[in-house]
Amino acid sequence: MSNSKKLIEIKDLHVSVAETEILKGINLSIGLGEVHAIMGPNGSGKSTLANVIAGRPGYSVISGDIVYKGSSILEVAPEIRARAGIFLAFQYPVELPGVRTWQFLKAAIDAIRKGNGQEELKIRDFDKFLEEKRQLMEMDPDLVRRSVNEGFSGGEKKRNEILQLALLDPSLALLDETDSGLDIDALRIVSHGVNIFKSPEKAILIVTHYQRILDYITPDYVHVLVDGKIVRSGDSSLAMELEEKGYDWVKDTADKEVTP
Amino acid sequence: MQEASLSLNKYEEDFDSLSSNNPEWSSDLRNKAMDTFREIGFPVRRKGNEKWKYTNARPIVNVEYSSAKFQKIDLDDIKLIAPWHESWINLLFVNGHYQETFSDNLSTNIQISKMASDDLAVNLTSNVGGIMDYSDDGFAALNTAFMSDGPIITVPEGENSGTVINLIFYNQGLSGTVNYPRVLITAGGNSIVSVIENYVGGSGDQTFTNSVSEIYVGEDATVNHYRLMNETDDTYDVGYGRVRIDTNGAFNSRSFFRGCGIGRYDLNVSIEGENASCDLQGLYFTNDAQHMDNFINIDHVRPNCQSNLFYKGILAGRSRAVFGGTVLVRKEAQKTNSVQSDKNLILSPHAEVDSKPALFIYADDVKCAHGATAGNIDADTVFYMRSRGIDLEAASRLIIYGFAGEIIDKVEIPELRSYLAESFLTSLPSHKFEF
Repeated sequence: MSNSKKLIEIKDLHVSVAETEILKGINLSIGLGEVHAIMGPNGSGKSTLANVIAGRPGYSVISGDIVYKGSSILEVAPEIRARAGIFLAFQYPVELPGVRTWQFLKAAIDAIRKGNGQEELKIRDFDKFLEEKRQLMEMDPDLVRRSVNEGFSGGEKKRNEILQLALLDPSLALLDETDSGLDIDALRIVSHGVNIFKSPEKAILIVTHYQRILDYITPDYVHVLVDGKIVRSGDSSLAMELEEKGYDWVKDTADKEVTP
Repeated sequence: MQEASLSLNKYEEDFDSLSSNNPEWSSDLRNKAMDTFREIGFPVRRKGNEKWKYTNARPIVNVEYSSAKFQKIDLDDIKLIAPWHESWINLLFVNGHYQETFSDNLSTNIQISKMASDDLAVNLTSNVGGIMDYSDDGFAALNTAFMSDGPIITVPEGENSGTVINLIFYNQGLSGTVNYPRVLITAGGNSIVSVIENYVGGSGDQTFTNSVSEIYVGEDATVNHYRLMNETDDTYDVGYGRVRIDTNGAFNSRSFFRGCGIGRYDLNVSIEGENASCDLQGLYFTNDAQHMDNFINIDHVRPNCQSNLFYKGILAGRSRAVFGGTVLVRKEAQKTNSVQSDKNLILSPHAEVDSKPALFIYADDVKCAHGATAGNIDADTVFYMRSRGIDLEAASRLIIYGFAGEIIDKVEIPELRSYLAESFLTSLPSHKFEF
């Protein structure tokens, strides 16, 4: 493990949903500048991990802690976490009928700026900023005038998530199955957006079922989550090995657990 | 029942005293309507009466009203509660009486006459009452018997300069008074006209507005019709829209309800020519103990026509809304394309909506869809916004504004759209969708 400054530390985290324990003691530290990938079969709890960090209601933390920038965030409201720099790219981005995309983005940017003691962005500066990032994500200019995600294709929704990542410029990006449902062009654009975001001041946690996205965004660490526990950690070669041998391989060799 | 008959006696007395003042041309129409009113009375029995199933008319008819007279008003007060723009033709009616001094000079090709005129052209007088069938409707019969003043708007053939006519029916709120606005719009072939009807005013005393608008959309003509209700909680309002559309005609209706005690808008559109269309959209926001009933019928008589019926409601407090939308596709009306939907956002556990979309199809080659939803916002929607730093209150406001904005955005007159965005949206309550 590198000696870089820790951005987030997850300590023996146990989480349940409707009485069922999903995460059964997760330990994970992510340092600034690092890219981590959580891989695992369906139902292993990897999306739960990303959502709990972002503060989605409906999850109960039974024990353990999440320490972000030095403080526990378990009791912190999701909007406050967002203002502190935690961003979740949704697996299933929500449609907001009647709420224009630009309006939503402006509200989000201003909320985060105000949370950080800055003034609201002037409409002119916002337009310029939005236009720059829209081009980066190769999004149709018409989409920002439309209702958020309404009538967007699967790929457009995911690009819209990364557009938000680019605009809100958080410290920690949680990408929940951002690659699912993307064709190769959209995957390239989305990955490009993430790679531009990547910096020594940021950290990224990619939750994915498949190794494919990791061809574009190279992780420093790969963790394999099975049945609510990290059963194996390694460098990017672990992802290749998984792709080759399948998840049964790690399930069978789970006794070789390595704690990061 | 004694109460009800007592009320009717009062109408008899008023009818006798009014008839001497009314223009000659209307006396037959009024007498016939009064006969019908005597016969059928008010629709206070709801059992077995589908039209009034969810709205109790008794509180409205239990008050003994007298006809409202005009008293001095200040135009600035009117401008606070109704839209007004210099580029429009603005006509003001106070308690049902036309106010010449406060209305714009009528420099337009469009003929505008007053219902109260003695010397109307014969073709106009014969058209008043030509669409409104009051035979089974006491309120409509009452309006026809007592109709005070109102505009008769005649758009000549080919007139398409984009004229906006803004009608303001202002109820001064004099205790126990009733007013009976009446409108007739005739759009000639190939013409385009936009008409805004505003029903505004009222006070802390009980008053009643009972209106009828008849609209004839000629061949290849377009009528854009806007209807705004913004009255006090002590005002009752029962209004009718009766529309006939000829071949290739289009009728676009946008209805906005923001307030009154018990309100009802009964809109009936008959599509009587081929390739004609109607697009009826509405937004109602009910609060406190308000009650609003939108009762809408679309009658597809001829083939190859389209109708769209799309209403949205926001309900708060202990309020109640009723949406009754019925689309009838007659046997001859093949290739009809009809969609209807009613969506409601319920902000309070004490509010209630009765939404009843219905479809009767007698033709075999049609495309029709209908649906209704009533609900709260789901947890995912709110979390999505909060995860972007937007707090609960701001997220809820964006959701509610977005919900209402979908209809407001359909207003094609820019000045009216910004007026509604400003006045309607700011009247919406502060709310938090919590989970």
